[in-house]
Amino acid sequence: MDIPLDAFIVEARELLTTMESGLLKIEDGSHDDELLNEVFRAAHTIKGSAGLFGLDYIVDFTHGVENIMDRAREAEIVLARELVGILLACVDYISSLIDSYEREQPITSQLVNLGCELNRQLAPWIVTNVTNKALSSDAATSLQGEEYWYIKWTQQADALRNGMDPIAIIKYLAGLGEVLYCSINDHDIPSEDEFDPESLYLSFELALASGAAKTDIEDAFLFIKDDAVIKITPPRSSSREYIELIQKSTGKRSRLGEILLSVGAVSESELASALDYQKQVTLPKLPLGEILVERESVSKDIVDVALLQQKIVKSVPVKLIRVDSERLDQLINLVGELVINQQRVNVIADRVHDGPLEESVASMMALTEQVRDAALNLRMVAIGETFQRFKRVVRDTATALNKDIKLVLIGEDTELDRSMVEKLTDPLTHIVRNAIDHGIESIGVRAERSKPTQGTIKLAASHDSGSVVIEIEDDGGGLDAVSIKAKAVEKGLLGETDVVTEQDLYPLIFHPGFSTATEVTNLSGRGVGMDVVKRNIEELQGVIQIVSRQGVGTRITIRLPLTMAIIDGFHVSCAGTDFIIPQNTLVECLDFDKVKHVDGSHSVNLRGDLVPYVELQSLLSLGQIVYDHKKLIVVQFGSDRAGIVVDKLFGEMQTVVKPLSPIFQALRGVGGCSLLGSGEIAFILDVPQLIAFAVNREHKMLGSYEEQYEP
Amino acid sequence: MNLKSSAFAVNEDISVDEQYLTFNIGNERFGMRLSQTREVIEYAGVTQVPLMPSFLVGVINLRGEVVPVIDLAVRLGRNAIEIKKRTCVIIVELMHQGQDFTLGLLADSVCEVTTISNTEIEDAPAFGANIRAEFIAGIAKRDDEFIVLLDGDRTLSMRELAKLVEAEFENN
Repeated sequence: MDIPLDAFIVEARELLTTMESGLLKIEDGSHDDELLNEVFRAAHTIKGSAGLFGLDYIVDFTHGVENIMDRAREAEIVLARELVGILLACVDYISSLIDSYEREQPITSQLVNLGCELNRQLAPWIVTNVTNKALSSDAATSLQGEEYWYIKWTQQADALRNGMDPIAIIKYLAGLGEVLYCSINDHDIPSEDEFDPESLYLSFELALASGAAKTDIEDAFLFIKDDAVIKITPPRSSSREYIELIQKSTGKRSRLGEILLSVGAVSESELASALDYQKQVTLPKLPLGEILVERESVSKDIVDVALLQQKIVKSVPVKLIRVDSERLDQLINLVGELVINQQRVNVIADRVHDGPLEESVASMMALTEQVRDAALNLRMVAIGETFQRFKRVVRDTATALNKDIKLVLIGEDTELDRSMVEKLTDPLTHIVRNAIDHGIESIGVRAERSKPTQGTIKLAASHDSGSVVIEIEDDGGGLDAVSIKAKAVEKGLLGETDVVTEQDLYPLIFHPGFSTATEVTNLSGRGVGMDVVKRNIEELQGVIQIVSRQGVGTRITIRLPLTMAIIDGFHVSCAGTDFIIPQNTLVECLDFDKVKHVDGSHSVNLRGDLVPYVELQSLLSLGQIVYDHKKLIVVQFGSDRAGIVVDKLFGEMQTVVKPLSPIFQALRGVGGCSLLGSGEIAFILDVPQLIAFAVNREHKMLGSYEEQYEP
Repeated sequence: MNLKSSAFAVNEDISVDEQYLTFNIGNERFGMRLSQTREVIEYAGVTQVPLMPSFLVGVINLRGEVVPVIDLAVRLGRNAIEIKKRTCVIIVELMHQGQDFTLGLLADSVCEVTTISNTEIEDAPAFGANIRAEFIAGIAKRDDEFIVLLDGDRTLSMRELAKLVEAEFENN
């Protein structure tokens, strides 16, 4: 695929997202005209760029959407819920057209049919004739091909009394060029009894072929301009000239008025009066461009071009460049290699004991760390975009289920690793859908429970000590502890007589095939889901927790590491195998023999706390321990503590996480691997998983009931 | 070239040459499509991965990439390869769920890269090869010796290998 087309596809996707979020905001009752403009512009740009690539099908289809948005922003039609729904479907449709082009597939007849159907739905809102509104059609035909100024004015009723004869004005204009057409509009003439023979009830339309400048033409109205309504539209050719001039202008001016004035598209007096008007009208604040278009001082095309130019000018300070994500990943990989090599150099420098060398290695280390941080920063993206997507999910799902649900987004600017954001979408979608489907009650039930009929789903993201916390909260019915327990007993996860607290019951929903919904809808409730969600989160080295109160709501908390590319770890080894323990789980290291052991159990008494431990050697069936100086490493995850027994400590190090091959999918307790300075491979321990694995093993060996411990 | 295994038999009238890398395991000779192999490196030890079945020898650091190494002999139901001077690791590249993955294969020694025409390739015998039939893409004859051409995608099916790992892990 060629690069410009790729760029078009990327741009179009972004624009479609803009359209989608704009439409959703409009549907939410936002009356900001800028939103309408934004959606219109997005459609317009997609159409334009698609035209450049000859993607005629997209051009044709998008034209209809653009047309409707144009009418909406001219306030000719209102974007009601029904229409927004169709427009959203159109956005999806354009997106699938783009998908087809991207995959270089032909447009299938199915797609074509869908397009026709959408067009049919759009039809009632579309007008096809967008010719010059004021000129009557026969005049317009007779003037076709001619270049003329179109001038229209209405004088005050007492103009004649003040001696402002319209004939004089017409004569003056005729002196500037050739009057091609003149029409007197008399539909304001009142009925006979109200008619005042001294008043002027006429308005005038005139087509003038003239090479005069706009200011010259304006001079004709010099004496009446304060009381009259005057509209002067330049010939089409000069419109084009204006557009060219604007596009050529080099960004010294950043205000719309200045841009238009500089090329002569508006006169100073027009601008001044429009600005005055803008100042008077405070609510809603109208953009200058719209005022000018409204007053027909300048055509919309010109304003659009000028706005675009203005955007270019404005966007200069924040220089954004689009980078191929693969190149970025390549950079991160290289930085990873750099970090590994730095470790190697450190090892050698330590051995050599040379002052200056050690010094320069230390400063290089500091630089490497900075480079690492800067490189990793490149991968950070705000979660907002992902969150925005849920507006659509919530809207569509809620509509399908006939529920009224509001989505509240908090902490949209929280940043996390791009690769993680991508992998988060699916599990988040699932959780949100569940919340809508099973969490939030139907409007009727909510009313019975005297809750507001509109349910709320809150998506919040925040940073918390080196990790990202994402919360999905709903104010629905909460999890049904009784059904969960019944289901757990049915599935053999719990004994019938087991006493379990409610909060211990909830994590059971993460078991495969666990669904308490009696009714399977097409949205959720098939019992394939929460276990997948959990696995997805664990693949990201994250932890998922659930808190729920019956009748009040449910909150699911996902805790993720900031990045998975490079972590701070603690290097240990056990029976000759190297391991890295993530620094953020580490609490302390102790001599295994010097801690107080609790008789008959794999636990130690740590300053009064009972801390269970696992021996890596036996747990992972490693070889013989070489040194008999066992070390106990105390780790913490969530609110749990545990000890891990190893035989050698090496110390802290930065380590690049290398994902394990899919072949090791089943391996528990190891989250990835890492290369040491020596080139050896170390395994990064996934502490919560490791402990869960140890607990499972113990249960199996002791033959206790088949409850599987989940962290 | 992306020939399916069945293509060997079907297109007998059209001669298509393809290059194969041949190697020895025990006293048997095997071949793999050269396009699926990346390089051959000397065996220089592996890092054992805890709790893995015996066919999964360990992982190696291949210029910064962590690559699992499997003992092809065990996978094909033979005795494990004994590490000797000429033991080598064949690095192969395969697709799994739309993603490339790299795997190392332990072999006693590599022989050569040779061009074999599909007309020289015969179907695997229904039995007697002592290898699961679907692993064999065909059998070629060279200098009175049979070369068992392996179907890389099936012999090294990531899905199946991962399942074997899982089974081992569950039993532990």
